[in-house]
Amino acid sequence: MGNLQDIPHESARKHVTGEAVYIDDMPCLPDLLHLQPGLSTRAHARLKYMNLDAVRSAPGVVCVLTAKDIPGRNDVSPTGTGDDPVFAEGKVVYAGQVIFTVAASSLAAARHAATLAKIEYKDLPAITTITQARAANADLEPEQTMSMGAAEAALRTASHLIEGHLKVGGQDHFYLESQAAECVPGEDGDLRIASSTQHPSEVQHLIALLLGRPSHDIQVQVRRMGGGFGGKETQAALIAALTALVTHKTGRPARMVLDRDDDMLMTGKRHDFEIDYKAGFDDTGRLSGISLDLASRCGCSMDLSAAINDRAMFHADNAYFLNNADIRSRRFRTNTVSNTAFRGFGGPQGMIAIERVMDAIALYLGKDPIMVRKANLYNAAGRDITPYGQRVSDNIAPEIIDELATSAQYTTRRKAIGEYNANAGYMRRGIALTPVKFGISFTTTFLNQAGALMHVYADGSVHLNHGGTEMGQGLNTKIAQIVAKEFQIDQSAIKITATDTAKVPNTSATAASSGTDLNGMAAQKAAHTIKMRLARFAAKEAGCAIGAVIFENSHVQAGSKKWAFSELVKAAYVARISLSSTGFYATPDIHYDRASHTGNPFYYYAYGAAISEVEIDILTGESKILRVDILHDVGHSINPAIDLGQIEGGFVQGAGWLTTEELVFDDQGILRTHAPSTYKIPACADRPKTFNVALYERGENIKDTIHKSKAVGEPPLMLAISVFSAITDAVASVGDYKTLPDLHAPATPEAILRAITALQNGAKP
Amino acid sequence: MRDTISFTLNGKPVEVRNPDPTLTLLNWLRRECVLTGTKEGCAEGDCGACTIVVGDSSRAPHWYAINACIAFLPMLDGKAIITVEGLARNGALHPVQKALVEHHGSQCGFCTPGFVMSLYAHYRNNGALDDATLNDTLAGNLCRCTGYAPIIRAAKAMRDYPTIEETLLAPRQERKMLALCMTDPLTNTIKRYFAPQNLDEMATLYLQYPDAIILAGGTDIGLWVTKKNAVLETLIDIGQLNGFKEIIQRQDGLHISAGASYHEVHEALFDLHPALGEIVRRLGSTQIRNTGTIGGNIANGSPIGDMPPPLIALGSELLLRKGDATRRLALEDFFIEYGKQDRQKGEFIEAVIVPKPDPAARFALYKISKRFDQDISALCGAFYARLDNNQITNIRIAFGGMAAIPARAKAAEAALLGKDWNEANIRAAMKALGDDFTPMSDMRASADYRQQAAQNLLLKFYLGQDAPYLAKEVQHG
Repeated sequence: MGNLQDIPHESARKHVTGEAVYIDDMPCLPDLLHLQPGLSTRAHARLKYMNLDAVRSAPGVVCVLTAKDIPGRNDVSPTGTGDDPVFAEGKVVYAGQVIFTVAASSLAAARHAATLAKIEYKDLPAITTITQARAANADLEPEQTMSMGAAEAALRTASHLIEGHLKVGGQDHFYLESQAAECVPGEDGDLRIASSTQHPSEVQHLIALLLGRPSHDIQVQVRRMGGGFGGKETQAALIAALTALVTHKTGRPARMVLDRDDDMLMTGKRHDFEIDYKAGFDDTGRLSGISLDLASRCGCSMDLSAAINDRAMFHADNAYFLNNADIRSRRFRTNTVSNTAFRGFGGPQGMIAIERVMDAIALYLGKDPIMVRKANLYNAAGRDITPYGQRVSDNIAPEIIDELATSAQYTTRRKAIGEYNANAGYMRRGIALTPVKFGISFTTTFLNQAGALMHVYADGSVHLNHGGTEMGQGLNTKIAQIVAKEFQIDQSAIKITATDTAKVPNTSATAASSGTDLNGMAAQKAAHTIKMRLARFAAKEAGCAIGAVIFENSHVQAGSKKWAFSELVKAAYVARISLSSTGFYATPDIHYDRASHTGNPFYYYAYGAAISEVEIDILTGESKILRVDILHDVGHSINPAIDLGQIEGGFVQGAGWLTTEELVFDDQGILRTHAPSTYKIPACADRPKTFNVALYERGENIKDTIHKSKAVGEPPLMLAISVFSAITDAVASVGDYKTLPDLHAPATPEAILRAITALQNGAKP
Repeated sequence: MRDTISFTLNGKPVEVRNPDPTLTLLNWLRRECVLTGTKEGCAEGDCGACTIVVGDSSRAPHWYAINACIAFLPMLDGKAIITVEGLARNGALHPVQKALVEHHGSQCGFCTPGFVMSLYAHYRNNGALDDATLNDTLAGNLCRCTGYAPIIRAAKAMRDYPTIEETLLAPRQERKMLALCMTDPLTNTIKRYFAPQNLDEMATLYLQYPDAIILAGGTDIGLWVTKKNAVLETLIDIGQLNGFKEIIQRQDGLHISAGASYHEVHEALFDLHPALGEIVRRLGSTQIRNTGTIGGNIANGSPIGDMPPPLIALGSELLLRKGDATRRLALEDFFIEYGKQDRQKGEFIEAVIVPKPDPAARFALYKISKRFDQDISALCGAFYARLDNNQITNIRIAFGGMAAIPARAKAAEAALLGKDWNEANIRAAMKALGDDFTPMSDMRASADYRQQAAQNLLLKFYLGQDAPYLAKEVQHG
């Protein structure tokens, strides 16, 4: 009863029968309008001439909207920076930017009409790459620096000094359900919006500003998303805003479901990075100091780039004590789509930087990379302070690494691979272990809050709402388990309904892996409040102390009296006891000073490690993941099956980022990979052939989180850095493990072959 | 002639009179039938969220998965359609569905109906449950949440659940030619659609409408409609032609009717040479191979189609037909330049004739793409060499992705013909190969990579034969 175990996803049955309803599956109201955006085809240009007459007069068209139709503020920027217009005005700043939107009686009519627009551009100089942005000093905000100790001095006096450069590509979210929203008019011009968003409160807030209305006029609901991964944290607002604007103008319901190509052109992605490092270390490979320069392509606006790039800095240590460190970060404005949140939120890019340094040190010293990694791990006092000043007090990386290396026979296999490669064939293998230490909490401290609203009906059934959104991660399943455990009733008695701004206000995005930590705690508090009222009532009825009331097996025992849970609820209702409560939670003990980049931004860390083995063909650069072993820490798991799913799924998604998924922008700054025919996320055969995933059994959160569990959404993605390191290892065999391959991510066949060729050419006398 | 299509949908007979010829099955299901379980993820036949199962008694096996997003409704004429809504019986889940629930095979659930249907086809056809087979079955279904592992666990367990009564298939009936005609409400274009029933009808019809587009599976043409908003005036669907899927072994080689799907040619080509089987296996996905045709792959004229390079290397010919007249043409001569083929107005490909490879010859095929399965080639190389006393007496090398058309590497061939089979001569030919092509850079690969990889493939061909332990293909799957 209410045990924390492998319960299937609450919607699993509906998923497999096709009954689960996504936005575009909702019944069509008779006067529903369908929307199609008209997009910029230029990266940076003045809108010289625009004639939409033919669009307006096309069959089925009801209205065509542009910037001048907005009654309030033409902006959907998430942090109020005012640089994310709903419609371009005067000029476009990226290819894919919305210029106008057609609303028509059918989607076919809207799409046909949108092709009839006559737009002339006057091209302006476009900055589309990090290199161009650096040359132009096109920073979105001043360079940020995070420092610990005296890095420059440490580098000057280090026994060994290396430096290098790494390019890391971006990533499209490729949620299977593209961005979607529907707006329905209510009385007094009120609007009810169903949005596929991770952040309903922000959608509500931005639409209110767009229309110049108070927030209470706007209601946003989210039943489920067909995947989010960060891509629906801020990016959903634009689509929802367009539907709201059309409904506001026409009084008719409006639905917008993006075509896949439009979605990929219009919406932001993972930031691509360029990383420069200088590292000083001793003969064991232990860092004495490091200087890291991170640069990212943020695209045309701020969006969440400040926090994302901050998180890259926070994770440039990964699980290692950097000793003396200067971490600098530049955030570049470019004429490309504004990059945004994506699972890991900058963490992966920071982490891959330091893992590259570990590989570089190992090759330089001729050591097994695992020895270099172990030599640098956070450890006892004196080696437990992060570059932002937080003490690592829950470090279990050393145990996890040792346990995994043993169970996966790392040493034996590394030796076997060395022998295999020594035959100098055209197939080479590589192996690598990389750890993960990921900080849990929004680094923008005030976001770490959540609310829940619980009703217990007189028949004993429980209705719960919380501020989190369900995007497949199993949040509602876990929260129902938490509530069932609190009341000791069957999970089937609990219904969690669509997230709704009218039920729980001012919510934070379901992001930063925090969904269960925050909302689970809020739900538990709501349940606890009602439970205490019931207990007090039961104690009074039984004439016993409140402490003697026991909730067990769908029953409540008080002294000699015993009720079925539903009977007690009924009796409490008749006795006029409130059976409704809110719950609220704010993460304690965290603070952060962004000006100095110091503080305790994280409540705790989640840990894990992975060993990947790969094979490459050195004539073509093709690669294949042969085997992966993972040991990951989720604390006390609330639902091991769901957690396992997050780990397996996160890993494969991360492996895609570093291997097959390549965003190709042409020299005009136009994305050329905007559909699955050209943008290749992992397919079934790309999952590791042997894939051993285990939860760290001794895992327990030392902090007082919900049932001592740990967040699991993002951390596993970064386990896939082991794939990139393993490919690096395989390529290094071509240079007899003497030189760091000039391999950049994603490691496509072309990238791998280029690195091999460079080694072969360099190796020539 | 008739203007009404009929089929069964989840067991119930349905008739649709004179539908819009390019209305997709997906839009019809979702909008007209309000069967919204089938999803749109990409509308280009790549993600598999729209997978449904089709039954056709004239085909083996009878039940197969296709992408509903790029299938035009009239193409389903005479068939049985099963969607995700049609599996459960009286509230009892189908074993495939039950297995996915109990093995945690869904997270966000959006791709799930597509996986259910791909696995359902596999289940009905009693497909093997090993990793390689399942990878193949599911290569056309993308999941972004699970990393596939729980889905595979479910697939392997699906036969452990009690089976469920299945829809039966009515035998295919003789039909008259289907002829649809309507005016497109958005553009006022007159749209026609014909599905002739035999080759003579087809030849006559095509002479009558020489500007018609021949619909041979539609795995590319579907995208013209869904992605380019194209309004197609006249379509001639060859999907219902009797005898247009035949594969016959004759003296001069394998005669493959142009309407044979990749699925249908797979086994015959595998028998001809395992490498041919493998290239078909890697072409598209199960859903695409069930729909796309060998004739379509060739007639389309794409420089990156995967069938032409191996077929050119083997010296294949086309049988072209116009009215009653037929002619034979070497496949390599069919491709003239980008977008232009040696095909007259009203002329169509009737068959491809693939000669049996000389058993003494060496033959290898390599396809390079960013993703191993279900990706379009950056380049595809086909190598055929006959050696006598270690001397190269016949050599044919053909590439896709290296030029505007699939083409032979004549300079490399010349560098090798008559030479001894050794690494020095191969390396000289690799240099010569550099003069054969000026490939382009695009989103799939740069010109430099294509050039270097093409040359290395020749080395792989050499090494692969003499030292298989060295240049063995990466073991995928």
